[in-house]
Amino acid sequence: MNEIVKVSGLRVAARTDEGVDLPIVHGVDFSLKQGEVLALIGESGSGKTTIALSLMGYARSGCRIVGGSVRIGDVDVLQLSDAELANLRGCRVAYIAQSAAAAFNPSKRIMDQVIESAMIHGTASRQQAQAKAVELFRALALPDPENIGARYPHQVSGGQLQRLMAAMALITDPALVILDEPTTALDVTTQIEVLRAFKQVVRERGTTAVYVSHDLAVVAQMADRIVVLRDGQIQENSPTEQLLAAPAHPYTRRLLAAMKPAAASRASARVEPVEQEKPLLEVRDLEVCYGKQVKVLHGIDLQVRRGTTVGVIGESGSGKTTLARAVAGMVAPSAGRILLDGQPLSGTLAGRTREQFRRVQYVFQNADTALNPKHSIEDILARPLRFYHGMKGKRQRERVAELLDLVQLPASIAQRRPGELSGGQKQRINLARALAAEPDLILCDEVTSALDTVVGAAILKLMADLRRELNVSYLFISHDINTVRAICDEVVVMYSGAKVEQGERSTFRAPPYHPYTNLLIDSVPEMHQGWLEETQAGRGVPPRIGVSANAEGICPFLARCPVRIDGKCNTTPPPRVRLDKGNEILCHHRDIELLQLEESVPVAAAG
Amino acid sequence: MKSNINQSGSQNMATSGGSGQVAENEWLDNSVPVTAPTKHRRLPNPGGFLGFILVFFWLVMAVIGPMIAPHDVNGLVSDSFFGPISSQYPLGTDYLGRDILSRLLHGAPYTIGIALLATSLACMSGVVLGLVAAASGGWIDALISRVQDAMIAIPNKIFALIMVASFGSSVPLLIVMAAIAYMPGCYRIARALAVNVMTMDYVLAARTRGEGLAYIIFIEVLPNMLRPVLTDFGLRFVYVVLLLSAMSFLGLGVQPPDADWGSLVRENIQGLGIGAPAVLAPAVAIATLTMGVNLLIDSLGGRAKR
Repeated sequence: MNEIVKVSGLRVAARTDEGVDLPIVHGVDFSLKQGEVLALIGESGSGKTTIALSLMGYARSGCRIVGGSVRIGDVDVLQLSDAELANLRGCRVAYIAQSAAAAFNPSKRIMDQVIESAMIHGTASRQQAQAKAVELFRALALPDPENIGARYPHQVSGGQLQRLMAAMALITDPALVILDEPTTALDVTTQIEVLRAFKQVVRERGTTAVYVSHDLAVVAQMADRIVVLRDGQIQENSPTEQLLAAPAHPYTRRLLAAMKPAAASRASARVEPVEQEKPLLEVRDLEVCYGKQVKVLHGIDLQVRRGTTVGVIGESGSGKTTLARAVAGMVAPSAGRILLDGQPLSGTLAGRTREQFRRVQYVFQNADTALNPKHSIEDILARPLRFYHGMKGKRQRERVAELLDLVQLPASIAQRRPGELSGGQKQRINLARALAAEPDLILCDEVTSALDTVVGAAILKLMADLRRELNVSYLFISHDINTVRAICDEVVVMYSGAKVEQGERSTFRAPPYHPYTNLLIDSVPEMHQGWLEETQAGRGVPPRIGVSANAEGICPFLARCPVRIDGKCNTTPPPRVRLDKGNEILCHHRDIELLQLEESVPVAAAG
Repeated sequence: MKSNINQSGSQNMATSGGSGQVAENEWLDNSVPVTAPTKHRRLPNPGGFLGFILVFFWLVMAVIGPMIAPHDVNGLVSDSFFGPISSQYPLGTDYLGRDILSRLLHGAPYTIGIALLATSLACMSGVVLGLVAAASGGWIDALISRVQDAMIAIPNKIFALIMVASFGSSVPLLIVMAAIAYMPGCYRIARALAVNVMTMDYVLAARTRGEGLAYIIFIEVLPNMLRPVLTDFGLRFVYVVLLLSAMSFLGLGVQPPDADWGSLVRENIQGLGIGAPAVLAPAVAIATLTMGVNLLIDSLGGRAKR
């Protein structure tokens, strides 16, 4: 039998508070052949995870499967009893969740958890299962495959955990593996390693898989066939190649367009740098320590001119959010100065004046938690108006309506609570609250990363429009180099609390880059098949070096750098070098050497 | 509507069962378009309703009870002590031949009033201190917390006994004593809740807006912890009623000739052996009040889930 999975007429309903069922998946049909990888792609709320879970005969609490059939092999999953389902799950159908960190039990050793399903289903003896697990660890390119199982989950990295979870799923040789956004929570540089490992294992073992994701570029690397979902209905179901080259459905085309945020703000007027003009925000040699020892930021210099956008990019833990919080006064710097229009800003909230608070506004990453659920939208927007500008009564109401109009929301929304709005609407309110203060500088902390691609692109466009209209400046924190390259005038790359590269936007289009920037740029999935095989990112083995002598001040990227130099990088702190194209980097290398980086990375470890 | 919910609830459990599938689909298809967009309307849950009735009844009695009492509260109206239930004395008579119903109604303002005032005082001071501690952090938090910890280490009853022994029993003292005894518990809960709410981004947003402490704790934080605090209020009210009753039972609460419900139990404890209603009636009154408050509070908590 060639078709291993066949879903027909699947319908799932969710129960609302009033006890009424609302259909969330309406009659979905698709099938998978043996060894095929099918991707389910769509925005949040499109029903992709619901469908994936129903392949195991499971519906989240509050939801239930109301019709259709799911056949795996020759079993109709929806007709099985609970006991039969328990036998199916984890054995014939395995599930890899989005957050491996939350899926592992921190008090048990990794090996015990990986082989657990084999033990439960009795598919192998303990020795056999352990041997197989080690084999899987090796196939997934995990370091030290023999001994990694003896560790506890907190002792390995997030990307490794995600791969260990894949081993856990594959231990019983399931007929179908469901991967639910397995790389969404990872940094791009980690994502690429995990994707590569997944792909290799899937191909070697001929695994049949369903890959759930919102990221078309990632899916393009993994899937043979893509199903585009929207509001619980299939919009398009075509082979990957065809879907990317010639999307049939208008929604697919919109999705593809939104993946390239570049077009939106390219037109934004470039502000001519006037030399004598005082920068709006100046950060000088900023250092932030947690406790006495742990430096999370050091030696940060930064300038934001009026009406410009400066992007700060780096992976999680690079200190980019800490930088924004230090500017906002939430984190007290241990050294250095922050100047607003030449006036020093106090490091703590207590030392700032109301006027200074007004001029610097912070927009939080997660609009769900940034808006008080007990306040109405009007309360939320009216507070800064009254607080900073003393507005009351009719004028205040009018201004609230104006602000809502500015962020392209209907005025009727004012009486609602945040809980009644969608994620994109909440982020707009979040932005409107910052605008209510009439600030000079808005600190945007990953404002689009919690949003769907299409919604995020709309927010970015709105921000670009507002900048032109109101002449505000943004300090734009992001982990997505495409977004930063698209909307920022200047880009700062951070790694491990240090600024490793800084330059104009245009300079981030072609090498030479700092080796870390290079890795970052190469790791972003591109929207064509085979990118994963072609890209050099994360492949090279760093040259062998001796033990680093004195840890103080040496290059933070040393451990991962593919072009490190023994006797130099591990002993001497790197200088700040100015490249010919004008970028400042923190590295021992010069232009020519970095240009060669593109070609010279040893591809030995590719296999 | 109610039966509809029950029915659908039982069907929900049979999701994977094959036989119920057809019926389920029909039911779903018919009902979805008809009732889908109805507005929030919740049916009162029976426990909460009962609780509301009981609490409402006792609150009314606390106000009008002394006025509608059929007999003089301290008058020795009957010749028989521990008299049975009769039309003249609906709840019998006590060990001196006084009418228990009248004494119960006169006791209601004491028991309920003192408990209500004491609990309000305890909760308000505990919540405000908890909010201040959570919002300030650092040494202020440490200072308040350690003082409260020290107070929590003193057993309530012992503390109450010491207070009464030192200052003599009076109504204001009982209120203050009960409030102090139950404040650390309120503080602990309020601080734990506030610390969680404090980490939310909207609080941080208020801080970076430059808001003062009072705005942050009362406008941003308090509304988000009100429900658990109210639940705690209800529980603590029950404890205070029991503490006061216990104090009165020991003869250290409200002093004769006035009597709250605890004193009524104590006065008539000898009647227990002969099954006199005089001892049962005030005990039942305490029980219905505390259960009523608990039921009411539970139903409020359930509604919080929207």
